Amino acid sequence: MKEIAAWALDTAKAQGATYADVRVVDLRQRYLSTKNGRPAQVRESQSMGVGVRVVAQGAWGFAATDELTRASIDRTAAHAVEIAHASATVKKRDVKLAKEPKIVDDWEAPCRIDPFSIPVSTCLELMLEADRELRRVKGVTLAEAAMDFRRIEQLFVSTAGSEISQVKTQTGAGLVATSFAGSEIQRRSYPNSFGGQYQTRGYELVGELDLVGNAPRIAEEAVALHQADQCPTGVKDIILEGSQLALQVHESVGHPIELDRVLGSEANYAGMSFLTVDKLDNLKYASEIVNVVADATPEHGPGLGTFAYDDEGVPAQSTPIIKDGLFVGYLTSRETAAAIRQARSSGAMRAESWNRIPLIRMTNVSLLPGTGTLADLIADTDDGIYMETNRSWSIDDRRCNFQFGTEIGWEIRGGKKTRMLKNPSYGGMTTDFWNSCDAICGPEHWTLWGVPTCGKGQPMQAMGTGHGASPARFRQVQVGVAYSGN
Amino acid sequence: MALSRQRAEEIFDQVLKYSTAEETEVMVSSSSFALTRFANNTIHQNVSEEATTLSVRVVVDGRMARASTNKFDEESIRQICEGALVLARLQPSDPDLLPMPGPQTYRAVNRFFHETAELSPATRAATVASVVKRAEKSRLTAAGVFSSGASAFGLFNSRGLSAFHEETLAEFSITMLGREGSGWAKKTSPYWPELEPPELAERAAQKALSSKKPQEIPPGKHAVILEPAAVLDLLGFLVLDFSGLAVHEGRSCFTGRVGEKVFGENITLRDDVFHPSQNGAPFDGEGVPRQRVALLERGVVKNLVYARQTAHTMGTQPTGHGFPLPNEYGEAPMNLVMEGERTSLEDMVRSTPKGLLITRFWYIREVDPYQKILTGMTRDGTFWIEDGQAQYGIKNLRFNQSVVEMLRQVEMMGQPQRTAGEESFEMVVPAMKIREFNFSSTTTY
Repeated sequence: MKEIAAWALDTAKAQGATYADVRVVDLRQRYLSTKNGRPAQVRESQSMGVGVRVVAQGAWGFAATDELTRASIDRTAAHAVEIAHASATVKKRDVKLAKEPKIVDDWEAPCRIDPFSIPVSTCLELMLEADRELRRVKGVTLAEAAMDFRRIEQLFVSTAGSEISQVKTQTGAGLVATSFAGSEIQRRSYPNSFGGQYQTRGYELVGELDLVGNAPRIAEEAVALHQADQCPTGVKDIILEGSQLALQVHESVGHPIELDRVLGSEANYAGMSFLTVDKLDNLKYASEIVNVVADATPEHGPGLGTFAYDDEGVPAQSTPIIKDGLFVGYLTSRETAAAIRQARSSGAMRAESWNRIPLIRMTNVSLLPGTGTLADLIADTDDGIYMETNRSWSIDDRRCNFQFGTEIGWEIRGGKKTRMLKNPSYGGMTTDFWNSCDAICGPEHWTLWGVPTCGKGQPMQAMGTGHGASPARFRQVQVGVAYSGN
Repeated sequence: MALSRQRAEEIFDQVLKYSTAEETEVMVSSSSFALTRFANNTIHQNVSEEATTLSVRVVVDGRMARASTNKFDEESIRQICEGALVLARLQPSDPDLLPMPGPQTYRAVNRFFHETAELSPATRAATVASVVKRAEKSRLTAAGVFSSGASAFGLFNSRGLSAFHEETLAEFSITMLGREGSGWAKKTSPYWPELEPPELAERAAQKALSSKKPQEIPPGKHAVILEPAAVLDLLGFLVLDFSGLAVHEGRSCFTGRVGEKVFGENITLRDDVFHPSQNGAPFDGEGVPRQRVALLERGVVKNLVYARQTAHTMGTQPTGHGFPLPNEYGEAPMNLVMEGERTSLEDMVRSTPKGLLITRFWYIREVDPYQKILTGMTRDGTFWIEDGQAQYGIKNLRFNQSVVEMLRQVEMMGQPQRTAGEESFEMVVPAMKIREFNFSSTTTY
């Protein structure tokens, strides 16, 4: 990798780049799945390539290739500079980057059990055992299980002299029970939708999830949902289970704080943000009990947003985003930090792979835990709905109007969970919603959830993000919104 | 490296040298792609990539696995063959697994244009400069992309199947932003001059200027006129429901409804890779020739699509729509063509006493998989119509609407055209006037 990177950097400089960085990435993935008692997918892939990012004539250029010969690397680096020259014909000002010191370092994310060392047959046997448990429940028409393992090795070098190697291993696993009956399809996922739970760690995650042990419950719930009452329409207090709340954080806090979005970079695709820079340190984003951080450091946990250095070579940081309800921070880059008068980037630039430029992405954007147990919170709720596991999600392109649906809900009456509810949904406006939060459960309920495929950018890139959350209560929220009128 | 048919065949021969599987299938694909991105009237990102991938599927004793790499040296090819075989041997045998298909005959499609393949960064930048100038003339801010690329794909197997396809694709998408209003337009084509970026820029600019000072209208059920991109992005959520496997497994909204009249009489939809405005290869993920399939005929769910394995399971014939094996989903139509009428957008507006004119939707997600209720937002050019005229821009609204129900209420349609959206692949679809469309809330802009 070092030789490839050096060729690229040397040629970029020789062609006139005033700044250049190079990422050589080797990505290995193994994806396994089962369906109704049989293996469905058993596939392994490997992809290695180099991406060269340059500033020349005050503008950006980027070129990438997986043909790793000297001639090809030189051609690619030269092409990046040619592209920068083209960019320079439509610019208003030169690119300026916040200073970063030269860093030379190696880092590997902790991984107790290498998932690639686990025999595929062992993984399949475990999934098929969970599959049998799902299909033991009459009424389950489709049983699915999946495991997804990735190893990402990256070398970053820059014209500032930085040379950073990082290795991350990521593991994901989950189950889905689907039940078709009459004219209705119901589904229950464990431990989360979107393929399950994902973290930056090894196969030890799979053991902790206890897929087999949880399979009967979710299968029974998938079937029982057909007989459940429809979620009512109206205004209720709601308690969101942790994985659903994690997605709420992702959509209605994580995305609006991406400073490039605020500044208009994503206007044609992923959208902008209502969080204009005048709102920094001014906006009461949430109630006083709400505290959110964007924390990429390993100390925060093995989230999908955990690393040692971002893809501009900036060290991982913990950035306060909402402090006691006040909006206090953005996710930034070396180019955007100055827009909020910060001398340094917050270290949030991440690229999907060798063939994409880094963009400002969420790291681990987490709601810090409060106090108390979920049982106590339910007991404290007189008339509400507890909602669990995401089924649908949607928000407007400035991150204000949102709507979520979950797989299952339970009515809460007089402090007790009573009847099961099907097709729960709720909606609202971002800051109104967060200001209605009046209770957050304690650290014993806090999980660092993974969202494995967040999309942004043109061409589109998918990125894994982490979100820690404990269950929380929100008062007087519109529920049943998705089905009213249909 | 641009992949030629000859080079793809050479790679296949190399794989066959190392593969000891009973059956071997090779997919080789290459792409060369570039994208110039602009925002705030500036080119702020400008990228290019080249990639070539080798994917090997092996079958031994009814066991199958796939392994992929982008390394093409002899040792890497040997390792990929060995790795795929090891993975395959670790699985239980599938007694229903079909042998790979043999040689096939394909109808030719021509979707490759050198002008697109060779489009330079300088030309893309000059085009962006011209649309930025248009934006600045009206004190608007332009954001968007101009991309171009070429791809090639070869599929071969040890039973003699040999398929190869190459094509080019260019895209121009633009958002024009005023202080309060915005407009959007997008087009794709294998032949980049067809994009006509200045015309798209003008269209987006006019929408932005017409929608300044947007007013709020109450949510509820309204008549709507959907431009083709809005139709496409909703229709995309029906694509997987036409899969034979999805119906068989009870995860399709057509389960229990095949042969029934589910939509309005004026809804006729087919899958047709040979339509001149379509993209893609004339063969599926196993190399089976893609057939034209009448999916909906006058509202009736007429036919589904089937991969070989699904067809075998369901006792019918394959239609050439399978995904590469192994996969969980079976198949899907990828070349949708909907029949329309000839009513212009202007005539649809003129016919409307009260309603909305919608340019596009955003962040559409499925709320209910059988009723096919979708939710999402309007975006970038939403107007209130009254007395047959678009009167003013309105603040964006959230909808919760069953697309099945929507397609029972189509009152007028335009001429179908090649359309590009954001939530699904290109289709040939018309604009539509819908009698009633359910909006549940509004937003602040």
